[in-house]
Amino acid sequence: MTQYAGLDIGSRSIELVVRRSGGTVAARRLPTTFDPLAQLRALFPDGAPDRLAVTGYGRELARELFPQARTITEIKAHALGAASIFPQARTLLDIGGQDTKAIALLPGGRVGRFEMNDRCAAGTGKFLEYTANAFGIPIEDFGRLALAGTHAPRMSSMCTVFAETEATTLAARGVPPADIALGLHQTVVSRTVSMLARVGLAAPLAFVGGVARNPCVVRLLGEALGLVPLVPDAPDMTGALGAALWVEAEGA
Amino acid sequence: MSDAAHKAMWEKLDLDIEAHDGLLAVLGKFYGDIYLSQEGRLKGAEYLDFVLSEVHGLRIREIQDAKAAGKKVVGAFCVFVPEELTLAAGAIQVGLCAGARAGAQQAETLLPRGACDLIKSFVGFKLARLCPYTESCDLVVGETTCDGKKKAYEAFGEHVNMHVMEVPQCKAPCDRTLFRSELVRYKDALEALTGNAITAGALAEATRLVNARRRALQRLAALRAADPAPISGRDALLVNQISFYDDPVRFTAKINELCDEIEARTAAKEGVAPAGTPRLLLAGCPMAVPNWKLPYLIESSGAVIVGEESCIGERNTRDLTDETPAGIDAMLDALADRYMKIDCACFTPNTERLTHIAAMAQTLRADGVIHYGLLFCQPYAHEALKVGKAMAAAGVPCLSVETDYGMEDAGQLKTRVEAFVETLR
Repeated sequence: MTQYAGLDIGSRSIELVVRRSGGTVAARRLPTTFDPLAQLRALFPDGAPDRLAVTGYGRELARELFPQARTITEIKAHALGAASIFPQARTLLDIGGQDTKAIALLPGGRVGRFEMNDRCAAGTGKFLEYTANAFGIPIEDFGRLALAGTHAPRMSSMCTVFAETEATTLAARGVPPADIALGLHQTVVSRTVSMLARVGLAAPLAFVGGVARNPCVVRLLGEALGLVPLVPDAPDMTGALGAALWVEAEGA
Repeated sequence: MSDAAHKAMWEKLDLDIEAHDGLLAVLGKFYGDIYLSQEGRLKGAEYLDFVLSEVHGLRIREIQDAKAAGKKVVGAFCVFVPEELTLAAGAIQVGLCAGARAGAQQAETLLPRGACDLIKSFVGFKLARLCPYTESCDLVVGETTCDGKKKAYEAFGEHVNMHVMEVPQCKAPCDRTLFRSELVRYKDALEALTGNAITAGALAEATRLVNARRRALQRLAALRAADPAPISGRDALLVNQISFYDDPVRFTAKINELCDEIEARTAAKEGVAPAGTPRLLLAGCPMAVPNWKLPYLIESSGAVIVGEESCIGERNTRDLTDETPAGIDAMLDALADRYMKIDCACFTPNTERLTHIAAMAQTLRADGVIHYGLLFCQPYAHEALKVGKAMAAAGVPCLSVETDYGMEDAGQLKTRVEAFVETLR
């Protein structure tokens, strides 16, 4: 049986989804590291499938190793992947390691208007990772800490570096860490909300990307927008899933 | 001309030879990657390659020879500077490019950090002694098209002989009167500089010359409506860029030859990309040499650019100057009428620009519009939002990007452009 593989090479992690006979048969995830080519070799010890679509910022790089690979952008890949899980979704939010994307979804997972942050990492997973690091706690636990906050200080810095300075200043004033963490999550959400507004937010909203694992961002986003975001079980896999679905649909 | 002769000329112009060598090396590499790597290029592009390879060589030699014969050289940054008058005074006009980051540190001693890259570039080129055109100028003409440039000319004027023209910001009759008086003031400045009186005969001849070049560029623009696209957007942009500094008679002849070749190619249904390739109109801020980043990203994302709605493009070539009036006064009226039609974002309101973009998209059969704003360019940043709305109303997909001369955002920019192109297929 023909196998269809989708690969999403992001700034933080590499995801792989393999499909056969219309169903997903394998899903894997590796850190990107500073040697993504070595990681890709490790992912396919016996060579990559012929029907391979690559997305993510490393999509061109992968073609060095797998000349048969075809590429699509992560915007298209996430739209296809999310629409296959939540066909009713009208808007998609993807917050990954270094990019945030807000996408208006058309029928069949086609992309309408979209917005993407430019070179700055404000409001992305990198922002949360950097600030969690300043708190000395693992990124996986950062959302839970923030959920324990009750009085979020109003934080004005979108900039990752300035936000750390601002957090340090607040800590020196005796503001509890959970409250500061909550404030930092708020800044991510407020930036995201304005991006969603620019593409014309329509419910239901699907939320994917690694940051969709963060329970505090999901809750604050829902509160800010007055809706419950649809989050898949494996929100970081939608890009790879979308790429696999695309190459499968292309037949080829 | 030998390398040694070039070098002697640059030394005479007091360029920083080492830094200038570095600049040419980078420019050559950039040109190789972006231009020479193209497939299916027109034969007439050899002219472009040659002119660019001698951009600081033979053309500067010609200009130096003309100076030795008594001609004056006028540098300009903007399509509001009326070349008809410059040529009628017997002077040479060159566009000063300002499309690369050079001398940025020196520039920031004269400019605020938040000045756009174009302004930093022309100041930087001067302070770092990198541009033989700037160094050849007997007069540099500035214009008050934006606050950034207007204030930068005050500082720049301490380093070059400067004439600043006031460009009005509205299009009421009193504004035309102001611009008409600025034409007279520029005419007087040219006459003082060159010692030549601008006669009706000389102005009529200069007007015919500049119009002939505009007609050649209009002809090229119209030929790009063909599918498959007969010329890449990169090459067409380069044609427009070169129009600002090459000899106008030679340029016009070469571009008409290029158009002949394009007609033959179109008749044979040949092009630079397969028929059906997504076609994009690029609108917004001017792209001076060597600011080829965005066109390159677009054309390596599976699309082809079919028009440039920009000062280095349609805004410079759309309108001809009426050649029928006789007598200096009537000719100056014609010049005022022609230049006041320019749909620069410095005007308020500037609704005709929106109409022009929609019309270009239709004529050139563009599948979408990409609006380019140079970071910190406030007039075009405002208009980007208006263009987005106007295109939505016209049913033309539109992507707005804001970037500068740096390369650090190339990856994210490419993703956005590629995703936009994906939606057009």
